[in-house]
Parts: sequence; C-alpha cells; structure tokens
Amino acid sequence: MKLRGKDMVGLRHITAQEIELILNTAEAMKGIINRQIKKVPTLRGRTVITVFYEASTRTRTSFELAAKYLSADTVGIAAATSSVSKGESLKDTARNIAAMGADVVVLRHPMAGAAELLASTLQASVINAGDGAHEHPSQGLLDLFTAREKKGRLEGLKVAIIGDIMHSRVARSDIWGYTRMGAEVRLAGPSTLIPRDIEKMGAIVCENIEDALAGADVVNVLRIQTERQQQGLFPSLREYSRMFCINRERLGLAAPDALLMHPGPMNRGIEISPDVADGLQSVITEQVTNGVAVRMALLYLLIGGGAR
Amino acid sequence: MKLIIKGGLVVDPVAGSATIKDILVVEGKIAETGANLSAGGAVVLDAAGRLVAPGLIDMHVHLREPGFEAKETVYTGTRAAARGGFTTVACMPNTNPVIDNAALIRSIINSARTGGLVQVCPVGAITRGSRGEELAEMGDMAEAGAAAFSDDGMPVSNAGLMRRAMQYAKMLDKALISHSEEKSLSAGGSMHEGYISTILGLKGISACAEEVMVARDILLAEETGCRVHIAHVSTAGSVRLLQEAKARGVRVSAEATPHHFTLTDEAVMGFDTNTKVNPPLRTGADLAAVRQGLADGTIDVIATDHAPHTAEEKDVEYERAPFGLVGLETAVGLVWTELVNTGVLTPLQAITCMTLNPARILGIPKGTLEPGADADITIIDPALAEVVDPAKFASKGRNTPFAGRMLKGLPWLTMISGRIVMRGGVLEEENQQQ
Repeated sequence: MKLRGKDMVGLRHITAQEIELILNTAEAMKGIINRQIKKVPTLRGRTVITVFYEASTRTRTSFELAAKYLSADTVGIAAATSSVSKGESLKDTARNIAAMGADVVVLRHPMAGAAELLASTLQASVINAGDGAHEHPSQGLLDLFTAREKKGRLEGLKVAIIGDIMHSRVARSDIWGYTRMGAEVRLAGPSTLIPRDIEKMGAIVCENIEDALAGADVVNVLRIQTERQQQGLFPSLREYSRMFCINRERLGLAAPDALLMHPGPMNRGIEISPDVADGLQSVITEQVTNGVAVRMALLYLLIGGGAR
Repeated sequence: MKLIIKGGLVVDPVAGSATIKDILVVEGKIAETGANLSAGGAVVLDAAGRLVAPGLIDMHVHLREPGFEAKETVYTGTRAAARGGFTTVACMPNTNPVIDNAALIRSIINSARTGGLVQVCPVGAITRGSRGEELAEMGDMAEAGAAAFSDDGMPVSNAGLMRRAMQYAKMLDKALISHSEEKSLSAGGSMHEGYISTILGLKGISACAEEVMVARDILLAEETGCRVHIAHVSTAGSVRLLQEAKARGVRVSAEATPHHFTLTDEAVMGFDTNTKVNPPLRTGADLAAVRQGLADGTIDVIATDHAPHTAEEKDVEYERAPFGLVGLETAVGLVWTELVNTGVLTPLQAITCMTLNPARILGIPKGTLEPGADADITIIDPALAEVVDPAKFASKGRNTPFAGRMLKGLPWLTMISGRIVMRGGVLEEENQQQ
C-alpha cells in the first residue's frame, strides 16, 4: 500500500487507510530511533531540503533528523539567509531548489496555501510543515500517533483542543485526522478565537472549557501567541490564563488517565501550568520523539521503497 | 457613410421592447429604426438570429492609467472593452496619482480620444488622493468631464466627510459611487468569512464589512437627497438593505458583477489567486440574492469591476496577491450563460442593466437607439459559444477565474458612432491587418 498523492500538504484529503498506513509505518520507524545506531540506508542518495520562512527549532530539526536517520542528504534553507530576503518569489525559490535535484521539499511558511502553491509547481514531493493557519499535517499525525500508542485506539476517543483555534494549523490538522479516525473532537477557547462555522468540520464547539474537558481522553493545549492580545482578540493574558489555563484542577475534569499534549513551544503559566506540563499525564516530550518517527514514515512513504 | 443592420432582434431599453426590425445608421448617428427599411445604397449588415442592442456600458472599470501601465492602459483596456462588446466604460480614479483634479480628468479624456477605442468616462475621486481627509475639487472635475465620483477601493470612512461629499455632489447632480467596505471589519482578510475561510486558514471578510457601509450610505443618501450608487453588491444583506431603501424612495442604485452572480467562496478552495477579489466571492445564498436582486430590479446595473493585474503579482501566495480580476471580455458571455440562458433575466432586462441604467446613473446620453443618438451598437449572438481563453484577451490582465469555462451567448459586433470596431470576437484593426 502507498499514499495516493506525491505530496503531504494537509490531512483534509487523506483517507483513514492512509492515516493507518502512516501510523503503522511510524511505529516501525520508532524502532529505529530507539536503537543505538540510528541509521538505515533506505533513502541513501535522496535529497531532502527544508525551506523555513518562519522560525522553528523543533519541526525543522525533527524533519532533518528524520531524513538523516534514513540516510538521505539534507540541506536547510532559512528565509532570512536566502535570496528570499532579496525579494525572490516563493515559486522561483522553489524552482531553483528543484533544479538542484531535491526529492522532497519540506516547507514552513506564514501564509495559508503556500504548500499547495509549491506542490503544483514542483515535481518533487512537498511536505507542508505548517502554512499559516491552514494545516500542519505532520504535527496532526504525531498527535494521532501518540494518542493511538498510549490508548491503543483512536476510534471513540474524546479529544479536547483548548485555546486559539482560529490561528491554529495544528487544530485544523488534528480535527481532520481525529474525526476521520472516528474520534470525537471538542473545541474550547475565547469566543473571539473560534473561527466561523468550524463545527462543519465535524468538531463540537463547547460553550465553556468545562464541557470540553469533561471525561476527555486527550487534552491538547494550544500555544497562545502574546501578539493576539495586542491585536485585541482578548483583553489580557492574565484573564486568558484565569479562564483557559490548563491546570491541575481543570485537568481533573478529564478522564483520570487522560493524556496531556501541547504542540510547543509552551508558555508556561499562561495556557498550561508547569505542574501539569511536567506531570504524570503529560506526553509532551514523547510527542517530540514521535514527531521524528512520523516524519520518517512520511519521507519513506513519499520517496522510499514502494513509493510511486 | 450609410449602414443598415437588418433583421436582428432589436432590444430597445428605452421603449422596453424587443422586436425584429432594421436600424439605419447615417454619418455615425442612428437615422431610423423600423421593419423592412429599404437599404437604399447602404452597406448591409445581416443580424438575423442576433440581438441588436445599444452599445453596452461598463460603469466600473480600472484602466490603471496613469501609474500602473504594466497592468493595463487606456489603449489596451478600451480594446478589451470593444472585444467584450462595450462601447463606453467608466474608469475608476485609484491610479497613481489618484484622479482627483480637473487636469487629470482631462488627461484621461485625452488619452481616450487619442489612443482609446471606446468612449471613456472618468470617475473622479471624492477626496484628495482618496485619503478620506478633505473633499477633492468635484466641481472642477465635473466641468472637465467627470461622470461620477468615488474613492473606490479606499472608501471614505469618515461619515461626516461622506455626508458633506453627498451634499456637494447633489449640487453638481452627480452620483457618488460607494465601494461599501468598513475597513476595520475587513482588515487583513482575503476571502469571505465562513466555512471555507475557516478550513483554508485564511482570514475572512464578513458580510457585515460590506453591509454596515451600505446601510450608512443609504441613510446618508436619504438625508442629503444625493444620488448614491452602491458598487459591486455581494451579499444578501446588502440586497435587502437596498430593497428597503428603494421602497422608501431613497435615490440609491446598485450594481452587481458577473463574478458575484457566478462564483461562490468554494472557488477559493484551491488557493487560485484569480478568485481573490474585493468584495470577496460569497456564499450560495448571497449569489442567489444577487441574482434575485437583478431580476426584480433591486440591482440596476451589471458592471465588471475589471481589475487587471500582472501575472507576477498574482502568481504568489494567496494572502500576498492583490484583489481583483478582469471582467470586460467575459461579461456578456457570463450574463448570457448564467442569467439569460437560465431564465433569471430576459434579454431586455439584461441589456437594460448594461445600457440604459448605467447611462442614467452616469448622466450620459447613451444606452438608447432613438434616432439622432450616436450609433453605439452592440450585436450579441446568443448561439455563439466559446471556451474562455485568456491568451486571446486584448486586456493586459489575464487574471480570470473563468479560464476554460464554456460560455454561450457572446458579443458578435461592436460599433462606435457608426464605426465597426469588433466583429466576430476580433478587433477590426486586427482584421484589417490580416
């Protein structure tokens, strides 16, 4: 079995079978990461280029390590050091990268649709590592992977996503992924940060955070960017924290064995309290490890072995 | 020079009739209309099976000159108009510099006279530089030939200033064209706010961003008695506000664009930047309301908001792309395919929305086939069908979301003051070169 498309730009069009395939492949990849010698020759001679128009440590490192563990060559381009800062368009940058022989381009970009623009321009596979508020499929997949690994299933799970849904590409990829696998997704956050008609995606918009958390199996806390307060989307960080911070008391509303997730980087004390972030229910560091495994799976399925 | 158009279905919006008859053109004027006129040595143009209408008027066009000649010029834009069956266009003042004084109005008229192919009616700015701070010299501009006033694209946000502009325009008996957009509600948005914007992660522009300004300008029109024309109506709420206002007798008119009665926000799904337009493509319910508004006369005019951009400007990330799409060369085809062939409008209604109604709003002696009028005539072939191919456009702008779409009912001939400028989709000057 293989993936249908040459790219991974989002989970909206990915089938349940494809998600199963990616998660199963990631499970095998996690075995490699746990070895002492973390290297297999699968992608030897293939090239993965990461192009990041936004600052990112975790996602970029995760993709680069994933490629290296599979023996692919990797090059990283950061927008600030490239000709992007000289005014080159995204398409031209992409064409130049392709002309150098990339097999996969991993793109992080502040604008929605950038990965699709690139995918339609290039013959190489494009992996969307986050485009504006649109999608972040590898993060969505690693969230699913972590939940499935810990709970043994995705179907029937109750997943609460808390915080700035409006600007979150993670929330969108999570909603597509979890609902496709039969989980229930509940959303809560300041009403100014809940985008219009999002319930049509299949998620439940909760009036208050307590309803979202009640009996939840997974609690995914989103990062709140402080600039949203400056944009006037909520009155103050203090009030945000008082109303929406996931602390011990609120986490207690979820199922006793609920998993606590966060896509990082965390604002401790604002959207998540330090005691639960470092507590027994937190799987936040494991998410990072699983991220590498999921990205290895994506690279393998797109350009390795039996791909296309 | 005598010419006779024989046997066409003559659609006359002044008489409100559509009958098969002939039109005799002498020395650039309409001399006579009637059944079975004798040719008497005139050149005969066979229009059997076709519709003969007054020359079409597009009252919302961006010719981009001066300042943005890479996008369009008076030369290319008026050729696009002729190809699309238009004999008169009103051009918007959001150029660089902004058309906000009499000298610039004259310069546009001059460019049109020397290099243009169709009649051009410049629209002057309401405020200096369209900055929304102080009134532009509307009196001078009116005298120099400005047909109406608008700060299109940069709407006057200060209600007090807009009120004074209306009081002043009323004195000049000119219409103010309102690009109704409350910028504090639309800022940062690049498409309609709804389910599609949510899943695409694009910031939305809510229907209210338009409707609060439509409501404001209707109220100000009611108070001042000024003629106000609402540009590119895109929402069901705006249509409702207009309906109520017209029922009260407010002197308000409105236009709708082909893209707003043809496409919905679902067209944005693939991030095609040619679907990025302001106001944005709305929902199916809005589209239905716009069509209904055209059918019941709530919306008076079909105008294109022809907004050419270069390929480089549009071939970028969606949020970075400029708003606007070209409309002159697909308008008639869309009106026929989407409205006439589907029974939403009769041919007479469609023609009235593209001739007499805009002529009245602009206060120009066009849109008529009365003897003595300029022989500006458009002949439409309802059987002619073609797939939209932007490569054939006379416009510099190729930014259309309709490429590849089959349209049926197309302009077949454009005549300006008795001179044929387009025939069979090809400009006459190109026909002659071949």
